[in-house]
Amino acid sequence: MLKGYQSWVFREKPVIVSTAAVVGPFEGRGPLGNDFDIVHGDSRIGQDSWEKAERTLLEEAASIAIERAGLTQEQVQFYIGGDLMNQITSSSYAARTLTIPYLGVFGACSTSMESLALASYLVSTGGAKFALAGTCSHNSTAERQFRYPTEYGSQKPPTAQYTVTGAGAAVVSLSGSGPRVAAATIGRVVDMGIKDPFNMGAAMAPAAVDTITAHFRDLQVGPDHYDLIVTGDLAKVGHAIASDLLDKHNIPMHKTRFKDCGMMIYDYENQMVQAGGSGCGCSAAVTYGHLIRKVRSGELRRVLVVATGSLHSPVSLQQSESIPCIAHAVAIEASPEPEKED
Amino acid sequence: MPNSKLKKLTPVQQEYQLVALKRMPKRKIARNCLRAFLTGGLICVIGQGIQQAMIRWGGFAKENAGDPTVAILIILSVLLTALGLYDKLGQWAGAGSAVPVTGFANSMASAAIEHRSEGLVLGVGANMFKLAGSVIVFGTTAAFFVGIIRFILTWKG
Repeated sequence: MLKGYQSWVFREKPVIVSTAAVVGPFEGRGPLGNDFDIVHGDSRIGQDSWEKAERTLLEEAASIAIERAGLTQEQVQFYIGGDLMNQITSSSYAARTLTIPYLGVFGACSTSMESLALASYLVSTGGAKFALAGTCSHNSTAERQFRYPTEYGSQKPPTAQYTVTGAGAAVVSLSGSGPRVAAATIGRVVDMGIKDPFNMGAAMAPAAVDTITAHFRDLQVGPDHYDLIVTGDLAKVGHAIASDLLDKHNIPMHKTRFKDCGMMIYDYENQMVQAGGSGCGCSAAVTYGHLIRKVRSGELRRVLVVATGSLHSPVSLQQSESIPCIAHAVAIEASPEPEKED
Repeated sequence: MPNSKLKKLTPVQQEYQLVALKRMPKRKIARNCLRAFLTGGLICVIGQGIQQAMIRWGGFAKENAGDPTVAILIILSVLLTALGLYDKLGQWAGAGSAVPVTGFANSMASAAIEHRSEGLVLGVGANMFKLAGSVIVFGTTAAFFVGIIRFILTWKG
């Protein structure tokens, strides 16, 4: 199981039986719009607060994933999830609705892969037959918690990122068919002294690089092992920095494709998102909506998703603390036997 | 980044910040200044227009025509905020749309809208001055000291 210092290689590879991604209207207009299961026309999702809207996204993603796996809520042993809200309320309230035994986790935007890694670990050790991993974020809740009121007319710098309104969920099990979770690398907290909450890409890039290099070291593979390596939400600025750093570490990233979910989800030409997307929902919706589809269709054989998260709070920043960041990597492989597209 | 800030960081952090700095797009200062000048100026011209109109057709004296002018600008700003347009203006105009009356009204209205879900008292009431509050605190404090200085200077003259 444990390989190297901080990675798990699953002997019996957990299967991602089903996934679901639900997003808001802005994300639906992006280039991946067709890959999401539900694109809401209204970012309030018919709720009377943004927080309820965020929670609804997660509830929908979770129930679609469970239904698609041919299961009922009672058959799923554990739900592992988290989000960006104070006290991870979105996930906990969604867990109240789902009534599945629940483990709340927090890794900021890295929660998507943190929860998937933990869910995979649970099923691989026989701790659960079916485990659900899910996370969500909403632009308006994140704006108001971490920055200013949404309608406040302040100018965002070009390094700022736009929090994705979306949710993603996956059901993991040892039985069934579908893409498999081959390995996971749990990241360390890295803090390079960035204090600007409008520059989270630069804050998180070193954490992503740390986890990527640790993954290669632990598994003794190179970037060419993967068809695609995606970071969670570094966006333009952070992704460029991460590429520079990997170059500096002599990691031959040119042998694979190196992308970022935060850059894939929006159309820079027509959507005003500054550097790109961010949030738990960013890597979750792109992985569970877009990437899994490509792995299922055989277009991608091996993908490494490195979800990045910045672990600051508004209070810690006001007290002039720098932003500690983390990244968790999960390696997803296509199922060995060919399967039909659903 | 100023050197004084860099000194507090460890050598590794310093090195990283220099690497990262190369990839960080800068704010376009000249463009921002021009846009701020145009928008801020335009808002003031509109204000002046309203004031002139108040004097000519509203029956206000030059001294108190400012009162309805400010009220109208506040209403316009709150309206644009509620329609979700003021933040877009702010992204384009930068500091230009933060000019006192409309910017102040926007900061209060946006906070009020944002916190409506927590109720009228603890939500809207308590959070309305979340952004504007410090302006009032420091404005009042500054006025107090300016008042004392003025008092001393004019005491025996």
